[in-house]
Amino acid sequence: MNTDRNEIAAELRQASKHYGGKGGKGSVTALDRLDFAVRPGEVVALLGPNGAGKTTTVQLLLGLARPTAGAAFLFGRDPRDAAARMRVGAMLQVSKVPETLKVREHIELISSYYPRPLPAAEVSEIAGLGGLEGRPFGKLSGGQKQRVLFALALCGDPDLLFLDEPTTGLDVEARRGLWSAMRELVRRGRTVLLTTHHLEEADALASRIVVLDHGRAVADGTPAEIKARVSGRRIRCSTRIPVEELLRLPGVITARREGAQAELTASRPEAVVAELLRRDPDLSGLEVLGADLEEAFLALTHHPDGEERAA
Amino acid sequence: MNPTPALPQRNLLRIYALEAKYEFLKQLRLPAYVVPTLSFPIFFYILFGLVLSRSGSGMPNGAALYTLATYGAFGVMAATLFGFGIQVALERGQGWMLFKRATPMPTMAYFAAKTAMSLLFGLIIVAVLFILGFTAGGVRLPLGTWLALGGTLIAGALPFCAFGLAIGYFAGPNSAPAVVNLIYVPASFCSGLWVPIRFLPGWMQSAAHFLPPYHYGQLALRTVGAGTGEPVGRSLLVLAVFTALSLAAARIGFRRDEGRTYG
Repeated sequence: MNTDRNEIAAELRQASKHYGGKGGKGSVTALDRLDFAVRPGEVVALLGPNGAGKTTTVQLLLGLARPTAGAAFLFGRDPRDAAARMRVGAMLQVSKVPETLKVREHIELISSYYPRPLPAAEVSEIAGLGGLEGRPFGKLSGGQKQRVLFALALCGDPDLLFLDEPTTGLDVEARRGLWSAMRELVRRGRTVLLTTHHLEEADALASRIVVLDHGRAVADGTPAEIKARVSGRRIRCSTRIPVEELLRLPGVITARREGAQAELTASRPEAVVAELLRRDPDLSGLEVLGADLEEAFLALTHHPDGEERAA
Repeated sequence: MNPTPALPQRNLLRIYALEAKYEFLKQLRLPAYVVPTLSFPIFFYILFGLVLSRSGSGMPNGAALYTLATYGAFGVMAATLFGFGIQVALERGQGWMLFKRATPMPTMAYFAAKTAMSLLFGLIIVAVLFILGFTAGGVRLPLGTWLALGGTLIAGALPFCAFGLAIGYFAGPNSAPAVVNLIYVPASFCSGLWVPIRFLPGWMQSAAHFLPPYHYGQLALRTVGAGTGEPVGRSLLVLAVFTALSLAAARIGFRRDEGRTYG
């Protein structure tokens, strides 16, 4: 590929996007002055709960929506410029594609849009479509459909691939199948921007994770760094200390309780445990567990004030 | 891979051709589209143009010829409105349009393909009706008249492509079929495409002058000397204004999608 290593593949600069009304009542902020860049060779996972701004980020970078403020660039150009999109492939959250057309026909049509498409056989091979080429799209299973959508994103031999929640709604087997197809692509040196709310998926595929929440990046690093950021531990115990007090303990990131059972996440569990025992001598059932990515993620996007998430 | 000095070019002609080919195949394989659009005008033509008119009409082959023009117009409109309007609404709703916009597809290729598909289905409907009219209806016309009638009928798809596009951009995917039917059925009836306009109540005949399908039908009837004497210029003007307004509305819808999008 003739990708310039210094060239930024996709970039948002101070990009905001508000939906519904110009900042008035009922207006929803999907992105809030986000700075974000994907460099060649990176496999970036945008991770966040529903409504965090993942899909909006993808849409701004593909020129499918305009930022309310700030700017989006695709290979240094306006994403609405077709020339910029010639180097890009996208797998969007499409509910249906024309069902009466065969897989082979879809690939032929989409390939025609690009100056240097991948040969159809190679597209089929990477996406694992062997034997499905002659089937109408409507006759495929859910997993097969997702693989076809993945294949359509590959047709143009893109330098940068957008995958917007590619495995949503798939069973475990289908998800693994798509993962191995994505890994094959990464092996070939493609730059990938993936959105997901599965931590496992981000961890398995990405070289860098950006955690989005309420339209802002709340963490950015390698999967290991993200985990280290909340090197934390989960502490479970039975205690009478109220949640409000637990939350105020130094080092506590999240706290919740069900009946007498409290559960905390903390960056330095030893200090927290000592403090807990000091404040509640009757504390019982103490457990300290390692946090996995799931907890790291919850801790990063936790809102103690209970404010509503953007839709 | 070697970086080539000249940017590789894609073949625009091939994009347009493939887009049109697959638009046509897509619709052709959709029984919910093909069966009603082909069978309704043919059924009505056989019923009203060939069977029920046998005893009554004043001049020989009068009904078979008259209804050839009107059911031709009726059929071309259906092929266009159902193929264009409903499909655009569906493909917007399902995210397919969004996907296409994320590719470097030339936007016009999408609309040109749908227009070509409408013209081609229009041609098929007109051809079938002509064969029926010639064989079963005994309609005999000079070659030039056949071509004028056929050409007028098929070209008449164009204003309704524009109107279908506007519906596609303003109706939701679920309501588009209802919207199309609610407009198309009464409008084609009032315009004299089902039964000759002189059999309609006076108020309907007056209202018809404001309906584009009436002017479309009159242009087709005129080629076989069966019109009501509506001036050609006025009919063309009405259809041109109708087309322009529809395109303007569709453009607003397209822009609105670009700024907002779903999801």
